[in-house]
Amino acid sequence: MEDFTYSRPASLSDAVAVHGNADDAMYMAGGQTLIPVLKQGLAMPTDVIDLGAVWQLDGIAVSGGTVTIGAMTRHAVVAASNDVGRAIPALATLAGGIGDAQVRNRGTIGGSLANNDPSADYPAAVLGLNATVVTDRRELAAGGYFDGMFATSLEPGEIITAVKFPVPEKAGYAKFPNPASRYALVGVFVAKTASGVRVAATGAGQDGVFRVTVLEDALNDDFRAAPLRDVTIPEDNLMTDMHADAAYRAHLIGVMTARAVARANGRD
Amino acid sequence: MPEISLTVNGEQITKSVEGRTLLVEFIRETLKLTGTHIGCDTSQCGACTVHLNGKAVKSCTMLAVQADGAEITTIEGLAPDGRLNPMQQAFKDHHGLQCGFCTPGMIMRAMALVAENPEPTETEVRHGLEGNICRCTGYQNIVAAVLDGAKALRS
Ligand SMILES: Cc1cc2nc3c(=O)[nH]c(=O)nc-3n(C[C@H](O)[C@H](O)[C@H](O)COP(=O)(O)OP(=O)(O)OC[C@H]3O[C@@H](n4cnc5c(N)ncnc54)[C@H](O)[C@@H]3O)c2cc1C
Ligand code: FES
Ligand code: FES
Repeated sequence: MEDFTYSRPASLSDAVAVHGNADDAMYMAGGQTLIPVLKQGLAMPTDVIDLGAVWQLDGIAVSGGTVTIGAMTRHAVVAASNDVGRAIPALATLAGGIGDAQVRNRGTIGGSLANNDPSADYPAAVLGLNATVVTDRRELAAGGYFDGMFATSLEPGEIITAVKFPVPEKAGYAKFPNPASRYALVGVFVAKTASGVRVAATGAGQDGVFRVTVLEDALNDDFRAAPLRDVTIPEDNLMTDMHADAAYRAHLIGVMTARAVARANGRD
Repeated sequence: MPEISLTVNGEQITKSVEGRTLLVEFIRETLKLTGTHIGCDTSQCGACTVHLNGKAVKSCTMLAVQADGAEITTIEGLAPDGRLNPMQQAFKDHHGLQCGFCTPGMIMRAMALVAENPEPTETEVRHGLEGNICRCTGYQNIVAAVLDGAKALRS
């Protein structure tokens, strides 16, 4: 690994300032993606700015129908949070199923969303719940945040500070993990809200996380798992790789949606 | 080079490290504690698992500078006087290892698991060990060892 200048600023403004003054800086959250990337030489920043001491990025708060999770909150903390578990149990379940215990002790929600891996779990919750990504300079609605595989609308130097999740009427998440990597071969987040049902699929789309409108239409008519068997999921734009082809992923989207709906309805 | 101060297996240590030095490199090469293993470069195998302030982490996926101020425990820290800790003894009794390469990481993860959940079920043990890969045993005896080690640690 190439050497770099390491810094650990204590505030958001310091972190942004260090980024602005460096040649080619990268932020580091839990390092669970960044360190493997640096080891493989896929990125060679001059500066690594550790966000671990930035106090503004910490904490979970629930108020007025919104769950706000600070960007540096580790997956294990979200999974174990009673506040999250009461307000949006599906979100706590999702966090508890990311990777493995060691990864969950270091990996963060902000890092996961900034990275936007097409097989990551959190993007499905953010799009499924129509959450808002808050940064040091603006607020981005879920629909405008994701911008294809590993791409987002974050600008250079922009820091995710928190994610605001509106509490739904009910929600469920189900994933079929790749047995080796534990990332989603397909994961589906289903949320029933006052303004309708949202279904977001991760692991499946060539352009990353996306909404499955045929399933949203079916669930708006009848929010039960059984009738979904008759819905055909279009294969266009689904990924084919060494792990699964588009037809299999389309099938899994149906199966995972049915499981997520059953969980949302309290029938696991 | 940044200077870091940390506690490793109860001993206070202050050293200079490069920014890029991984925690596992610091443990193995600087401190010569070679019980912590490196089994992959993809953060998947768990052979490098140590405790950071009591929590299991992959020391290959952390910089040494990030451990500044932390308390680290490695496999050597479990048997300070050379006598096996009950979890280590359970791995021995149940034949929970063959080549032994994964074993330090397995045991460190198992100890953290049992600290969080002193009476885990078999399913919880299997889920709890998802971040640790063993290419020899088929896991059966590892799971038996962790269940028995948990019991021994309770009594
Ligand atoms: C073995 C293994 C299994 C995994 N399995 C899964 C899985 O099943 N599901 C899943 O979803 N994920 C999985 N992950 C990924 C894990 O969830 C991490 O959270 C994710 O990689 C992000 O890591 P991090 O939070 O440590 O961020 P880092 O690795 O530190 O950063 C990732 C990227 O985000 C940028 N960044 C970080 N924080 C911010 C911020 N606040 N603002 C702006 N940019 C930022 C960094 O510059 C970097 O480019 C797995 C990882 C490993 C190693
Ligand atoms: S060496 Fe494989 S996970 Fe650390
Ligand atoms: S005993 Fe050989 S890798 Fe587990």
